[in-house]
Amino acid sequence: MHAEIFDRFHEAESRLHRLDPRVKVVVTVLFILSNALLPDGAWAAFGLSWLVLLGWNALSRLGVDFTFRRSFVALPFALAAVSAIFSPIGKPLADWSLGPLVLIPTDYGVIKFVSILLRSWISVQAAILLVAVTRFPDMIHAFEHLRVPGVLTTIVAFLYRYLFVLTDEVMRLLRARDSRSAAEPGRRSGRNVVWRACVAGNMAGQLFLRSYERSDRIYNAMLARGYDGHLRTLNPHVLHPSDWAYGAAAIFILILLQLVGRF
Amino acid sequence: MPVTHPVKKYEFPECEGDVLHVNDLHFSYPDGHVALRGVSLRLCEGDKVALVGPNGAGKSTLMLHLNGILGGGGEIEIGGLRLSPDRLPAIRAMVGLVFQNPDDQLFSPTVFEDVAFGPLHMGLPEDEVRARVDSALEAVRMSAYKERLSHHLSVGEKKRIAIATVLSMNPKLLVLDEPSAGLDPRARRTLIHLLRDLPITMLVSTHDMRLVQELFPRTIVMDDGQIVADGLTMDILEDEKLLEAHGLEKG
Repeated sequence: MHAEIFDRFHEAESRLHRLDPRVKVVVTVLFILSNALLPDGAWAAFGLSWLVLLGWNALSRLGVDFTFRRSFVALPFALAAVSAIFSPIGKPLADWSLGPLVLIPTDYGVIKFVSILLRSWISVQAAILLVAVTRFPDMIHAFEHLRVPGVLTTIVAFLYRYLFVLTDEVMRLLRARDSRSAAEPGRRSGRNVVWRACVAGNMAGQLFLRSYERSDRIYNAMLARGYDGHLRTLNPHVLHPSDWAYGAAAIFILILLQLVGRF
Repeated sequence: MPVTHPVKKYEFPECEGDVLHVNDLHFSYPDGHVALRGVSLRLCEGDKVALVGPNGAGKSTLMLHLNGILGGGGEIEIGGLRLSPDRLPAIRAMVGLVFQNPDDQLFSPTVFEDVAFGPLHMGLPEDEVRARVDSALEAVRMSAYKERLSHHLSVGEKKRIAIATVLSMNPKLLVLDEPSAGLDPRARRTLIHLLRDLPITMLVSTHDMRLVQELFPRTIVMDDGQIVADGLTMDILEDEKLLEAHGLEKG
């Protein structure tokens, strides 16, 4: 019983997989920054940005539409930008009145909304690709090399570690409950919502108790084997000239993107 | 491939209405590991059967199929009722599955609530639930523990409570996964007496060959996802070649 739903790494043999994780992290962060900095309505630049992403997809050998197929998880978050449509600046396009509420979408607002949507959609895909081609310990290692404070990297590393322990525990609890969730013919099973909610609440309590105790045991076992606050990996992470070249090429493309977006 | 040996064919007791009928069960885990390769077996009312075999033989996987937690290819009938997704609640009322680790079994704060969960979920009236909890705890000799916190019991006590949680549902078939693992001699002895006295059909997976010898007239040997022997316990325990080939030792 192992929850592997959170492990987003996809094994493949590609240049992108072999690229130094530091380069991948820095380029991804810069790519997201570049998307954020592109002016509203810079359609050509957005398109180009997307092409860059497709190129990376192809480089990863995971399929050109790999990140596209996984990008819809971010869609609900885009709803937060809906209010941008009704920007007070710009030419009114319509007049929607919902009872006492009057909503006026403007051309400027729509452009802003679509731009936000594109920016976040492309950026999310870059992040999806990053975690698909980088092993988690390598990513943490990269953060450490990039001088991200140790407390933060440790929190992220443990969060990831215990997420699996926790979901395994949840699966066991659910399995036990399912096993005894029976019914007799002619009788309504499952009692009522309140009772089921109480059971679920008790289970959550049990989950807390157990994972708390288990995390203690795991931590003790880690200490017993000499854990000193650093997650080690066998990859030496030496920046080769080709890594530098990839990083430089990517940054050059991003600068080009910004120029296209602005002029 | 597992080595099979000619074992004196077990004469199935003639019975009306099998408690359990498994026919050609296949199962692979999502990672591609094949756990069951065509398992078939029958259990009659009152049968007490030991399921033995090395780690990874598929014993636990088979057990998780019996109440529909896992679903592979093949047919399973419990008490004449074919297992299918819409019949799961009815099947789960008939099959009492006790997990190897009692911590996996118990999920309520107190012993009483845990034992009462099954009957309450089945929608039984309150006095019947209380009566069932009392008799289930009585059967595992844990009546005094009703209001205790399950979290703080010893392994042996938890094990008995875990058995009580399914006894309270009046199952037709009791399925136990390594009940004697991790018990001290006294707790193990108590468990043996308990299982001996329970008048329920049971299928018990175990590595404890002395337990097998003492409690179960019939033994099924599994290896590599298949049943390699099914017969009288005394015959199987005498067949040293068979035991050795499948990583088992006579107690």
